[in-house]
Amino acid sequence: METVTETSWFLACRVEDTIPNGGVCVKRDDEQIALFYFSRQDRWYAVQNECPHRRQMALSRGMVGTAGEEPKVACPFHKMQFSLASGECLSGGECRLKTYRVKVADGNVFISKN
Amino acid sequence: MVKNKVIVVGNGMVSHKFCEKLSEKSKNFAISVFGEEKHPAYDRVNLSKYLDGVAAEALYLDEESWYGEQGIRLHLNKRITHIDLENKLVYTQRGETAAYDYLILATGSSPFVPEIQGREKNGVLVYRTFDDLDKLRMFASRARHAMVLGGGLLGLEAAKGLLDLGVEAPGVLEFAPRLMPRQIDSAGSRVLAEKLEAMGMKVHLGKQAVEITGKDRIDGVRFADGSWLPADMLVVSAGIQPRDELARQAGLQVGPRGGIVVNEFMQTSHPDVYAIGECALFENTVFGLVAPGYDMAGVAAANLCGEKKAFSGADSSSKLKLAGVELASFGNPFGSRSVVFEDGNRGIYKRINLSADGTKLTGGILVGDASQYNMLLQTVANALPVPENPEELILGSKGTKAASQAAGLDMLPESAIICSCEGVTKGRLIEAIGEGCETFDALKTCTKAGTGCSGCVPLVKDILADTMKKQGKYIRKSVCEHFPYSRQELYDLIKIHEIKSYDEVLDSFGKGEGCEICKPIIASILASLWNEMVLQRGNDIAQDSNDRFLANIQRGGTYSVVPRIPGGEITPEKLIVIGKIARKYDLYTKITGAQRIDLFGAHLNDLPLIWEELIAAGFESGHAYGKALRTVKSCVGSTWCRFGLQDSVSFALEVENRYKGLRAPHKIKSAVSGCARECAEAQSKDFGIIATERGWNLFVCGNGGLKPQHAQLLATDLDSETCIRYIDRFLMFYIQTADPLTRTATWLNKMDGGIDYLRNVVVNDSLGMAAEWEKEMECLLGAYRCEWKTAVETPEIRRRFVHFVNSPEEKDPSVAFQPLREQKMAGAWPDQNDR
Ligand code: SRM
Ligand SMILES: Cc1cc2nc3c(=O)[nH]c(=O)nc-3n(C[C@H](O)[C@H](O)[C@H](O)COP(=O)(O)OP(=O)(O)OC[C@H]3O[C@@H](n4cnc5c(N)ncnc54)[C@H](O)[C@@H]3O)c2cc1C
Ligand code: SF4
Ligand code: FES
Repeated sequence: METVTETSWFLACRVEDTIPNGGVCVKRDDEQIALFYFSRQDRWYAVQNECPHRRQMALSRGMVGTAGEEPKVACPFHKMQFSLASGECLSGGECRLKTYRVKVADGNVFISKN
Repeated sequence: MVKNKVIVVGNGMVSHKFCEKLSEKSKNFAISVFGEEKHPAYDRVNLSKYLDGVAAEALYLDEESWYGEQGIRLHLNKRITHIDLENKLVYTQRGETAAYDYLILATGSSPFVPEIQGREKNGVLVYRTFDDLDKLRMFASRARHAMVLGGGLLGLEAAKGLLDLGVEAPGVLEFAPRLMPRQIDSAGSRVLAEKLEAMGMKVHLGKQAVEITGKDRIDGVRFADGSWLPADMLVVSAGIQPRDELARQAGLQVGPRGGIVVNEFMQTSHPDVYAIGECALFENTVFGLVAPGYDMAGVAAANLCGEKKAFSGADSSSKLKLAGVELASFGNPFGSRSVVFEDGNRGIYKRINLSADGTKLTGGILVGDASQYNMLLQTVANALPVPENPEELILGSKGTKAASQAAGLDMLPESAIICSCEGVTKGRLIEAIGEGCETFDALKTCTKAGTGCSGCVPLVKDILADTMKKQGKYIRKSVCEHFPYSRQELYDLIKIHEIKSYDEVLDSFGKGEGCEICKPIIASILASLWNEMVLQRGNDIAQDSNDRFLANIQRGGTYSVVPRIPGGEITPEKLIVIGKIARKYDLYTKITGAQRIDLFGAHLNDLPLIWEELIAAGFESGHAYGKALRTVKSCVGSTWCRFGLQDSVSFALEVENRYKGLRAPHKIKSAVSGCARECAEAQSKDFGIIATERGWNLFVCGNGGLKPQHAQLLATDLDSETCIRYIDRFLMFYIQTADPLTRTATWLNKMDGGIDYLRNVVVNDSLGMAAEWEKEMECLLGAYRCEWKTAVETPEIRRRFVHFVNSPEEKDPSVAFQPLREQKMAGAWPDQNDR
């Protein structure tokens, strides 16, 4: 049987602090999370900010886009690409990003705690 | 097999075309050509270029050796003096004989000199051959009052030639009350005369010359009205006289006013003797243009091979090719039911004539702006329907220019002759494009379209672009899955529609959300087109990472700061400022490989603070992060160096300050050396400048980097202003046409025709784009602002330079440094640390 856990949310920032079709970096304690807003589809994604390739805190500064339907981000360092939906590496790497859920209420952006 | 012997008399343009056509069609003929000039056939249409200093050889239609390669025997400097029709022999002036099976007369014409008293005097000249022009040049060097007799196409060309040779206020004498009486009306003539006078000519209309005065040498011209004008040279350009003397003497039929009578197969009254070109009289007309002559050459060649091909006449539409004056006349220029447009202010006059029912165009005149010539000519030639409001034909329709242009092309039938000089149809062009001629150069080489008077070049290009598009060629070159266009097509679309943001480009022409490939390409095009601050209008998210933060990202996530130091020259005060700032923000400093100073290890949050201080001290962004002009290196040059020929530092400063901020498909680098010792390494730059005794040599398309390549010499001994103009053109051409992330060297490597082609475009303006490019460059440079200044002064932009959106003051805690000598370096890659 599936265990249903109550998602707990963390208030990241205001919608107007984010960048349409771009990313920002959110600090939660010692953790860095990259938060992305695809404004055309009104979709939000959040993944770990650290690029697993060379462990650079850089994904929030990466360029976003789509491959077919798949939303993705390219790391500014060596252009490795990751799916923002699944966290999967799209450039053939083994690594995978940790993903978070995002919700928006009253202009506030929340990121899931797990 | 015994070959049929063909003798061609004359080796002019039409003779050459005949040789080409016949040797292409069949190898069954033994062809011999006799020409009385010492040069092999040359481009008479462009003869005036010889006065501009173009070498005679450059105007040859083919090298002399070409004839041998085709198995053709070419005899130059040999005039044929006599034809023996009965024995099928010709005689040269030295008494040699040669036998023929078929004789082709392609003797052209000579300038017609009216029977004016005194016309034999020294200083009375004509304008037809290299020899004529040599004489003209000699007289012009001493002339104080030069005159041209005849205000037709050729006369005006001759007058312009005189002007270019430095003769002051050459006069144009025209018997008729208007210029170019056979091509244009009085209103057109008025506008034209104004333009010519503005260029420095003197136009005298309604002047009938009756006497050329002077002792042995001309000193003036007397007119029927009794008046007299001084002249120490007179170029007679009063029409042409077909060279039918051989035919006449042999008893072939000639016209009452000259010209060898031919039928539609180009046969004279003797069936084995043909006449083609300007010596032939077809239906009482001598055609003084090269296109009908070429047509006749094709017809004669076909008939020798047994094909029954007929010549059907030609019209005399023509375009004047005087630099600075646009003028064209097509179809019947004097028809009725005219629509006329005149803009006295800009010197533009346009007239189109309609058929009695108003549905067809019959001809017209364009003065001052002949850009619609090709389409209008096609509209007449193919009897295309005219729009409901015929004035749209000359004023342009309300819709976009591109759309109406494409629609116009579609209406042209496949059989429409696009290049009349070479008789190339639209169908032939499309076929050649399909066979792989996908550049203008390739198309020109393969079909010969555009090689004659070059009037059709714009139309050929339009057809090329249109056909490529229709054949879905753009799919192949599309930049990525989000845009079905090549970079160049995107460039044109964005330019035509004046779009200024990535989002708008995506919404208008693309699909999906874009990606890391199309975003920087489009961001770069937008920057190249409008030179707006790259982080505005939401374009920041489309910039490559380094452009997005106006700095290069380094291992560990810090950034480098490179202020512009034009030409590598810097004052002690500024050095001190850099030192102080580096100390304050704890930055590693290093002299770069491009003569400036890089400050490494800046936190994202510190960038605006650092730049604020640099800007206050007079620094600007060095664009070390952009696909843009980087540096113009210099050597010290004549201000200090004992070998220096020119002041290379000042020129490097001028060049760097001119092009700073200019964005391109890839980065551009430059250098200026003060002499051939080349201490600034200009020959490894995208454009490099090396001083000479007389000015500058300009080299282009070199680079260091991954695949070093030396730059190639584009032009020599330029003055500074010309040098800059050539660089403007070169850079705009590159910006407009290069593929993304292609340095100039690679761009040139891919260019058909290579450096010669590039030189032709930049120096000789072969695409006719120079003026537009120079203007565009001025606009771009006029829009320059230091983008770091804008960034620090614009709160919405500045607030992006933080690491944490929810803790703006805090710097990235993961950044680590290690000590290095007396400074520091970036920490190792963390993943390697772990191991
Ligand atoms: C700082 C500098 C090295 C130095 O310490 O001297 C440098 C540093 C970088 N170069 Fe360079 N290049 C530097 C001079 C050169 C030169 C020498 C020159 O300009 O005279 C060359 C060869 C000349 C040439 O380009 O033709 C050079 C050829 C390259 C290339 C290869 C380009 C090519 O066409 O093959 C790249 C890669 C690229 O641009 O795609 C590159 C890319 C880079 C980047 C931007 C790589 C990157 O994206 O991070 C480096 C940035 C480091 C940083 O954090 O700022 N750098 N680079 C020099 C900065 C010059 C300046 O003041 O702007
Ligand atoms: C300055 C100038 C500008 C022009 N501009 C244009 C233009 O813009 N557009 C256009 O369509 N036309 C233009 N023309 C006209 C064009 O050049 C001619 O229509 C074309 O050259 C005609 O070619 P052809 O072979 O019939 O005669 P030519 O080119 O004159 O060739 C005839 C050759 O035969 C030689 N010859 C004659 N008799 C003998 C003999 N008995 N034995 C041996 N050789 C002999 C002559 O010396 C000459 O070399 C221009 C002409 C000039 C002079
Ligand atoms: S040569 Fe390589 S390592 Fe050195 S600065 Fe240039 S890009 Fe960096
Ligand atoms: S560190 Fe991200 S791709 Fe290399």
